[in-house]
Amino acid sequence: MQELLQQVLSGIASGGIYASLALALVLIYNAMGLVNFAQGEMAMFATFLAFTLLGRGVSYWVALPITIAIAFIGGIVIQRVVIRPVERAPVLTLVIVTLGLATLINGLAGFFFGYLQHPFPSPFSVETIDIFGAAASFQDLGVIGVSAVVLVLVYLLLQRTTLGLALRAAAHHPEASRLLGIRVSWMLALGWGLASAVGAVSGIMVAPILLLEPNMMQTVIIYAFAAAVLGGIESPLGAVIGGLIVGVTVNLAGAYLPGVGGDLQLAVAFAIIIAVLVVRPNGLLGRRAVRRA
Amino acid sequence: MRFVSLAPRRYWLIALVLIVFAGLPTQVTSFQSLEWAEVLIFAIVIMGLNLLVGYSGQISLGHGAFMAVGAYTTAILIHRYHVDYLATIPIAGMLTGLLGFFLGIPALRLSPLYLALATFALAVITPSLIKRPEKLTQGNQGILLLPMQPPDWASSLFASVTGGPAMSGDQWLYYVCFIAAAVLFWVAWNIVRRRPGRALMAIRDGEVAAAASGVNIAGYKTLAFGLSAFYAGIAGALYGLATGYVSPDSFPLGLSLTLLVGAVIGGLGSIAGPLLGGIFTFWLPIISGQFVQSQDWIPDQVASVFKNAGPAVTYGVLLIVIMIFAPNGLAGLILSAYARLRSRLRGVGERTSGQLPPDPQTV
Repeated sequence: MQELLQQVLSGIASGGIYASLALALVLIYNAMGLVNFAQGEMAMFATFLAFTLLGRGVSYWVALPITIAIAFIGGIVIQRVVIRPVERAPVLTLVIVTLGLATLINGLAGFFFGYLQHPFPSPFSVETIDIFGAAASFQDLGVIGVSAVVLVLVYLLLQRTTLGLALRAAAHHPEASRLLGIRVSWMLALGWGLASAVGAVSGIMVAPILLLEPNMMQTVIIYAFAAAVLGGIESPLGAVIGGLIVGVTVNLAGAYLPGVGGDLQLAVAFAIIIAVLVVRPNGLLGRRAVRRA
Repeated sequence: MRFVSLAPRRYWLIALVLIVFAGLPTQVTSFQSLEWAEVLIFAIVIMGLNLLVGYSGQISLGHGAFMAVGAYTTAILIHRYHVDYLATIPIAGMLTGLLGFFLGIPALRLSPLYLALATFALAVITPSLIKRPEKLTQGNQGILLLPMQPPDWASSLFASVTGGPAMSGDQWLYYVCFIAAAVLFWVAWNIVRRRPGRALMAIRDGEVAAAASGVNIAGYKTLAFGLSAFYAGIAGALYGLATGYVSPDSFPLGLSLTLLVGAVIGGLGSIAGPLLGGIFTFWLPIISGQFVQSQDWIPDQVASVFKNAGPAVTYGVLLIVIMIFAPNGLAGLILSAYARLRSRLRGVGERTSGQLPPDPQTV
C-alpha cells in the first residue's frame, strides 16, 4: 500500500511536468489548429539556456524567470519568422514546418551545447518526508508545486484578464475579433510565446530527473501528446487532467504490469494515444468536432 | 524510327537516367557502389512515402518503423530459417505491406494532424518495441548478416562487360537495389497515371467531391497505406542487407524524419522527386561534413561538432524554407524552370501539354 502510494505520488509529479508541456501544446492548438512538434525541443533549448545561466553562477530562482522570459520572446520570434508565412497553409505544411523547426532546434542545441549528458541541479532536496506512510521526496513535491503554480497562472491569464479574453477570441473567431479591433496575428504570436514559456518550465522541471541533453524531450513530448489527446486537445483543463492520468498510469504500469518495466512505459503512452483516438477522438473534455460536409 | 522520334521527351530522360544508373558500378569503386545502393534504397522508401503523402494526402512520420519491419523480417528469415536472401526481399515487402494495410484502417478515422501525431509516436517507440521479443530479434545485440555473394552468371557477365575483376558483393547488391528501384518506380508511375492514382489525388484535393464522384475513399486510402508500407518494407530489407547488420538503434526517430525531408525536398507528388530526395538525403551529411573538414579556416572544434549537428540543422532549415518558398520541392523547381525556359525560347502562348502545372496547393 505504501509503495502504491509512493508510485502514485511520483506519477503525479511526472504528470505535472507532462501537464505543463501538454498545456503548451493545447495553447498552440487553440491558437491555430496545429500540434507543435517542436514544443519539446523548444523546451529543451530553454533548459540549456537555464543551464548556461546556472553555470555562470546565477542563482536558481533568478535564472528561472530569466529563462522563462527568454523562452517567451523566443516563442514570439519563432511564430513571427517561421510560422507566420505558412499561417494559412494546409495542415500538412504546418506539421512539416514544425518538424523542421524541431530538427533545427535539436541540431542547434547539439551545435552550441554538445551531445554530452549534463546533470541538472534541482532546487529541491531529495530528502523525503512522510505522507500517510509513503516517503515523498521534496523533489517530487516541489515539482508538483511548481507545475500547479504555472497551471493556475495560465488559467488566471486566460480566464480572468482582458488579454486572455482577446487571446481566446482571436483563436475561436479570428474574423469577428479583427472587426472588434483585436490584432489577431499578434495574439497568435503571444500564444506561441506563452506556450514556449510554459514548455520551458516543464523542461527545467524534468531536466533534474532525466539528464540534460538535446534529445531529452523526445520521450517527454510523447507523454505530453498522450496527455493532450486524452484530455481533449483543445481543452487546457483537459491537458492538466490528462497529464496527471498519463503520469500515474505510466508509472503504475511500469511498476506493476508484468512485462512493461521501464523500457516499455513509452509504449503505454502510445497505447493511450491510439486507444483515445480510436475510441473517443475528442478526449475526455474536448468538444465533439462537428464537420460540415 | 517514327516511333522513336515521336517518343515524348521525358522518355529520353528516363532512358538516360536508367543507363547512368545501370553503368554506375563499372565506373566507381566497389565501396561507392554500396553508397549508391543506399541512395537507391532511400529513393525506394521515399517513393513509398511520396505515394502516401504526396498523392493520397495522408501523412506518416513513422516510415522508419516500416523499414524496421522489413529489415527484421529479412534478417530473421535469413538468420533463423536460412531462407535465400533474394527470396526474403519480396516476403519482407508483402509482410510490411500487409501490416501497413491494417494500420491504414484505424488511420482512416484520424484527421491528418492526429495521424501525424500517432505515427510520430510510433517512430519514437519503435526501437524499444524491437528490443522486447528478445528471442526473435536478439534485443540490443542486433542480428549480423553475412555479405551477399553475386551468383556466377552475374559475376562473369560483369567481368566480361568491364574487362576487369569479377563482381564484388557490394556491386551485386547495387544491382539488386537498382532492379528493385527501377521496377518499383515503374509501378508507382503506372499507378499514379491510372485510375488508382487519379482516385488518390481526387481524395487528396477534395474528399467530399471524390466521394460524390464514386471514389471508394476508405478503400483507396488504406490501399495507399499498404502500398507505401510495401515500398518501405522492400527498402528496409535491402537496407538490412546493405548494412549487414540490423539493430534497434538502426531505426531511430531521426531516420523517419530524414525520409520525410527527402520526400519534401525531392518534391511531393512527383515521380522524379523521390530519386532526387534519395540522392540528396544520403549525400548531404557526407558531403557537407567533408566540406567543413576540408576548410582550414574552420576550427577543428567547430568542425567536429558540425559533423554531429550539421545535418540536423541543415535538414531543419531546408524543411522550413522549402515548405515556405517551394512546396513542390526540387522536382517542382526544375519543372517550373524548364517551363519558363521553354516559354522564353518559343514565345508565349504555347502551353506545355500533357502534364498539369504543378499545383502549389498540393500540400
